[in-house]
Amino acid sequence: MTITVEGGGRVTGRHDPAAHPRRPRTSYVLFLLPGALAFLAVIVVPFLMNTYVGFTDWQGVGSPKWSGLANYRRLLDDSEFWASFRHSLFMVVAMAAVPTAVGLVLAAALFDYVGKHFGSRIVAVLRACFYLPQVLPIAVAGIVWSWILAPDNGSLNALLKAIGLGSWQQDWLGDPDIALYSVMGVMVWVQLGFPLVVFMAGLQRVDPQLYEAAELDGAGWWRRFWHITLPQIRPEINVVLTWCTIAALKVFGAVYVLTKGGPGGATDVPSYFSFTTFFEKTQVGYGATISTVLTVIILVLALAGLGLQTRAEDAEEGGRT
Amino acid sequence: MTAAIRRWPVLVALCVAALFMVVPFLIVAVNAVKSPAEYSRNGPLSLPRGLYLDGLKDFWQRVDYGQKLVNSVLISGSVAVLAAVLSVLNAYAIGIGRIKGRTWVLAFFVLANVLPQEALVYPVYYLSKQAGLYDTRLSVIIVFTVIQAAFGTYLLSSVLGQFPREIIEAARIDGANKWQVLWRIVVPVSRPTIGVLLVFFFIWTWNEFLLPLVMLISNDNQTVSVALGVLQGQRLMDATMTNAAALLGVLPAIVFFLVFQRTLTRGIAVGAVK
Repeated sequence: MTITVEGGGRVTGRHDPAAHPRRPRTSYVLFLLPGALAFLAVIVVPFLMNTYVGFTDWQGVGSPKWSGLANYRRLLDDSEFWASFRHSLFMVVAMAAVPTAVGLVLAAALFDYVGKHFGSRIVAVLRACFYLPQVLPIAVAGIVWSWILAPDNGSLNALLKAIGLGSWQQDWLGDPDIALYSVMGVMVWVQLGFPLVVFMAGLQRVDPQLYEAAELDGAGWWRRFWHITLPQIRPEINVVLTWCTIAALKVFGAVYVLTKGGPGGATDVPSYFSFTTFFEKTQVGYGATISTVLTVIILVLALAGLGLQTRAEDAEEGGRT
Repeated sequence: MTAAIRRWPVLVALCVAALFMVVPFLIVAVNAVKSPAEYSRNGPLSLPRGLYLDGLKDFWQRVDYGQKLVNSVLISGSVAVLAAVLSVLNAYAIGIGRIKGRTWVLAFFVLANVLPQEALVYPVYYLSKQAGLYDTRLSVIIVFTVIQAAFGTYLLSSVLGQFPREIIEAARIDGANKWQVLWRIVVPVSRPTIGVLLVFFFIWTWNEFLLPLVMLISNDNQTVSVALGVLQGQRLMDATMTNAAALLGVLPAIVFFLVFQRTLTRGIAVGAVK
């Protein structure tokens, strides 16, 4: 995903209607018409249908039977759902917190150390290495990793044996105590490139004089990182955290391909849970409830993230003028 | 001197980290060209003795990989173009036309893009069955055109919002109508951003999993991602074939990466630094 930091409200600037009292505005609306109709058919109607179905008892055939809040009550008591939701929080750590933190340090090190002392070519090559997993279909990443992590003959276990750590061998994806952490590790690998590239782009915006002044004052690398890099690219950090958290809550393909939610539900997540409720258990009403709750959580987070962003930008602009 | 000594460990550490990122790709490539006998004798870490390509060939034929590639290219290509057109039309109305309530319209598009696909998947599945579009590539094209256009509208609107007004005013005075202004002036000037969108739409659609998994069940319609994901889920493959599958899945991604690297990183820069 890429993101614009720009808030929606400031996109088009101010317009004073009195200045052009007779210019017709309707004709521009015509350009929005195809998009609006397509959105109605593909997003709005299905979304409203899904919300409605969440209040019904429906197996996908016949007509849905209104059941009010029954599905929601069931959800509250459904330990399977809460377990899957808890795993979501682990995914937030693996896909948002860790990649952001590591990405920051890597981006700063690449920009500051390697870029200055070894040249931009090496930076470009290293950045490319970190970004590569991002262009891989998640299904393919899943194949690669489930084979690497396979219990017998998997590369990781073979490697551990080869370097004399045979006792560390594990059934990485098949052991309920470890599987979630293995999936988390894979997701860090998948996700790391995105914050790295965004942060490196952000760093190019920072005035080099800030660093030079700090260096003259005798500030070491960590101090400069803490007092210049971090505050300067805060907008990027906000954006990356918001979008990666949303991506973490939506994660589906990786779980499908790596573990199918197993073993014994140890790696189940809400999106996979709703998928199986829809298509394997054919409890469409309940599946719709789960996905509605997931949607609400994600929308609240997205709005909070966007709000935070606009407020930070406004504060910054206020400070400048 | 001491500074130089301190720099090297940082570089070495970064190189080791980078190596860790690409090792999975290398190990897949190495094992995809081993014979099953060699694999079971020497394990996954040994270098291949020769070039054994039967695994790749078997896998290609078994899943009809050529057809999957055609499907993926067809779906992703159509989505990229259609979503870019839709984004341009939407963003023209919002960014240049400054229609009333544009902030709300834009917020709506953003939310549509953020929405989890799980909240759409069953109704889309159901409606497409009713409309006779289920298990057609067209159904996936339509859905992803709209989802990608939501993001495109957001990005392009902010770019077009800063479009120099004088150029448009001048064209209007010369008698160009809105349609002509759009195609003769706005689109050519915004070509770099539209290019970025095309690349991202193509790759994102290529990588999509959930909706194509649900919508495309017959072998002739499946995309690369779905075909590989489903096979993996069934765990029917031996190690060599798994690697063949992985390598064939990785290769298009690497090709995109090499071809579009600059666009990809510039795209993220365009998006994030604005």
